[in-house]
Amino acid sequence: MELLVFSILAGLALAGAIGVILARNPVYSALGLLLGLSAVAGLFVVLWAEFIAVVQLMVYAGGVLVLFLFVIMLVDLEQRGLDTDAGRIGPQPSPGWRVAAAMLGILFTVFVGALLLQEPAREVPGAGALDAVLRGGGGGGALGNLEHVGQLLYTSYLVPFELASVLLLVAMIGAVVLAHRER
Amino acid sequence: MLELHHVLMVSVAMLGIGTIGMLVRRNAIVMFMSVELVLNAGNLNFIAFSRFLPDPVGQVFSVFVIVIAAAEVAVGLAIVLALYRNRDTVMVDEAARMKW
Repeated sequence: MELLVFSILAGLALAGAIGVILARNPVYSALGLLLGLSAVAGLFVVLWAEFIAVVQLMVYAGGVLVLFLFVIMLVDLEQRGLDTDAGRIGPQPSPGWRVAAAMLGILFTVFVGALLLQEPAREVPGAGALDAVLRGGGGGGALGNLEHVGQLLYTSYLVPFELASVLLLVAMIGAVVLAHRER
Repeated sequence: MLELHHVLMVSVAMLGIGTIGMLVRRNAIVMFMSVELVLNAGNLNFIAFSRFLPDPVGQVFSVFVIVIAAAEVAVGLAIVLALYRNRDTVMVDEAARMKW
């Protein structure tokens, strides 16, 4: 079961990665990146890192990807004829896309159904319904637990953590300065 | 049974795809996406070793990798925007003024 879920998610991740570098239209590249990063988040869940999976979804799918799409739309290559493939976006998707969408929908339904049919979580700290599905009774214990990671992050790795926040501040200021248009 | 080398194979495949994308694409935005793929492959390695050692420090490190990636993409895309304003292109081979 664990290996099966891992294989499906790994295939999706690699398919998304290949889509990123093969798509001619950058918007399709961004969508491939979304697929790849979401599948990697699923891989993190399989590897007992639930907290990192949630962070991955929030930071990448929620933040970085929106930033990519904004820049792609600001840059607007299509009007300059630099991207000849862009005209293919239309109201009628091709059959391949329909099949892909249907397969993704079925996959999602199976996942949600497996979660809903699952028995309530056992009394192990850090073991949720997903753990029960994936681990089949094996004990990951507190490895992926938010408490455990947070405790390490705020004790042994406090200085790097604060430095990371400073780095984010510097990056934010730098991005604003670079992208600011002077009038 | 899931083992370490399964994850490492996926990780190295993703690293290879990201590297190829960085080398062959000319669009700077897509090159940044390839960098994200490479960083994710590294993250996957951290998480995999954290799972199989088992040691939660790998997860702490992957948090830092995600932070670095977010900062990198913010600054990088700002540079791409500035490049587009000044040169009207995001293709890296057309921005060759500083090439000697």
